Amino acid sequence: MNALQLAVADGMTIARRNALKIRRAPDLLGGVVMLPIVFVLLFAYVFGSMISLPGMSYGEYLLPGIFVMTIVSSAQITGYTLTQDLQKGIFDRFRTLPMSPSAVLTGQTVADVIMNLTSVVTMALVGLAVGWRVRSSPVEGALGFLMLLLFAYAFSWVTATVALSLRTPEVFNNVATILSFPLVFLSNAFVDSTRLPGPLRVVAEWNPVSTLVQAARELFGNTSPAMPVPDAWPLRHAVPVSFAWSVVLLVVFVPLATRLYQKAVSR
Amino acid sequence: MSDAITAEGLVKRYGDVTALDGLHLTVPEGTVFGLLGPNGAGKTTTVRILTTLLKPDAGHARVAGFDVVRDAALLRAHIGVSGQYAAVDDHLTGAENLEMVGRLYHLGVKRSRRRARELLERFDLADAADRPVQGWSGGMRRRLDLAGALVAAPPVLFLDEPTTGLDPRARASLWDVIAELVAEGTTVLLTTQYMEEADRLADRIAVTDHGRVIALGTADELKGQVGGDRIELSVTSAADLETAGRALAPLAVGDVQVDADALQVTAPVTGGAAALTTALGRLAAERVTVRDAGLRRPTLDDVFLSLTGHEADAETKETVR
Ligand SMILES: Nc1ncnc2c1ncn2[C@@H]1O[C@H](COP(=O)(O)OP(=O)(O)O)[C@@H](O)[C@H]1O
Ligand SMILES: [Mg+2]
Repeated sequence: MNALQLAVADGMTIARRNALKIRRAPDLLGGVVMLPIVFVLLFAYVFGSMISLPGMSYGEYLLPGIFVMTIVSSAQITGYTLTQDLQKGIFDRFRTLPMSPSAVLTGQTVADVIMNLTSVVTMALVGLAVGWRVRSSPVEGALGFLMLLLFAYAFSWVTATVALSLRTPEVFNNVATILSFPLVFLSNAFVDSTRLPGPLRVVAEWNPVSTLVQAARELFGNTSPAMPVPDAWPLRHAVPVSFAWSVVLLVVFVPLATRLYQKAVSR
Repeated sequence: MSDAITAEGLVKRYGDVTALDGLHLTVPEGTVFGLLGPNGAGKTTTVRILTTLLKPDAGHARVAGFDVVRDAALLRAHIGVSGQYAAVDDHLTGAENLEMVGRLYHLGVKRSRRRARELLERFDLADAADRPVQGWSGGMRRRLDLAGALVAAPPVLFLDEPTTGLDPRARASLWDVIAELVAEGTTVLLTTQYMEEADRLADRIAVTDHGRVIALGTADELKGQVGGDRIELSVTSAADLETAGRALAPLAVGDVQVDADALQVTAPVTGGAAALTTALGRLAAERVTVRDAGLRRPTLDDVFLSLTGHEADAETKETVR
């Protein structure tokens, strides 16, 4: 086997390990399956019945937002698991093995994509049960899911970077919560950004989460002609900009996280 | 016979702390080398450098023919490491843990699986093999960690304080396993805080302090320097004290010390418990009333006291801080 094949094989071994861990840890599994179900039901029934939008149900408007919110919050599992592993010395074992050093992070992030896939499928099924539909073509719908998973993968490299610089699970949890809250709620995930006051509106419209939510709405066909797309440039080109965001995050954070990992484990 | 491990002038600093201060050691192939020292002596740092986890600030080292810095990636296929803290994965079962390690040594799926079962059997862990490690006892986790080091049957093995924190039974069973490995020809570098452990397992022992080797030799040679076993006893009167001192003189391999204030007699001996029995017989014949008697074996503290003039314990407090 050449170096690349070895790196892939080792990455798969680590991914398998992390997938097993998620399956065995009830707190993680709850976040991956239970929480998304609760979100979908809560938003669809509680808020969906209270708020009406022109030309479409609020529930349908919300679901892409819930997809994105879940992806952003479950990416934190990547960071949390890394900080836990850092404390335990298992990385010492890995580093004395003749394995590819990049495998730890690729394996971890790949396992998290599998986890995200589980979440997204769960949410989609529960969504279908409460009336959400993909109203575009199957190809666009598939592209929508692909886009969400790609972003999820890219975003776990961001949380990995944050985790490797913070190092302890407690600190990481606090910081991640503080950072992810505005990211999700200062967006168009739950509200129509055009109705937000001046500066908040600008923030919400340039927030990458908004771009992704808008792109998901478009690809799933969860839009209404009565609700025009805001003028902000990223929202006007939401689908290509969303893919571009994923690529940019990967280009910046893969090398950054890899360097931080090397540094974190060689102390 | 060539050397499996050589280290020359290893230096490692952490800020103001000099963890290793020019450490030298040589371990011939197929032998067991004990690195004996108190907390903070630099044992873990030495192991981390020799197992490619850490780069030395100065000096160099070769293991199994590979330079630990330049050939680090190649070297890893030839070593096994069991660290001071069990590096096992709590959520995985014992079998999954070992299988994962096998795959990362690139043994392939089938061989990894077979090897995992073999090792679990050998380490008496077969019953627990398919339970997550989370619920295992400390001794079982240490055995699993050691098994992890053996997955690829590496020619050179590093064990950092393999029995620290274990109860006496778990310690004894781990000693048996290590002794077996040695019999099979594996080269082992083992660190320990226990003289008894080094004595039992190591062909040669290096006593370390402040990141340097301060004494080197076989267990017997070191004990010779420290003074070996001795009988300590206390009596009830000053008259008995003198009699006891005289009675023990023929048994002693050095000077008998008599402490008039504590009414205590100390005699260096060889022959362990048999010597104590003989001594008590002689004292009874002289009608000496013995209040308390015991055989003291040299401890790490004794080695330290004799080699450095200060106690290991005080040292620990000073360097750990
Ligand atoms: N990562 C580290 N940062 C700072 N100091 C360290 C670090 N690792 C070890 N030391 C210091 O180096 C010295 C040697 O430590 P170590 O090799 O762990 O000793 P031992 O294993 O013999 O107990 C100690 O004084 C310890 O405090
Ligand atoms: Mg140590």
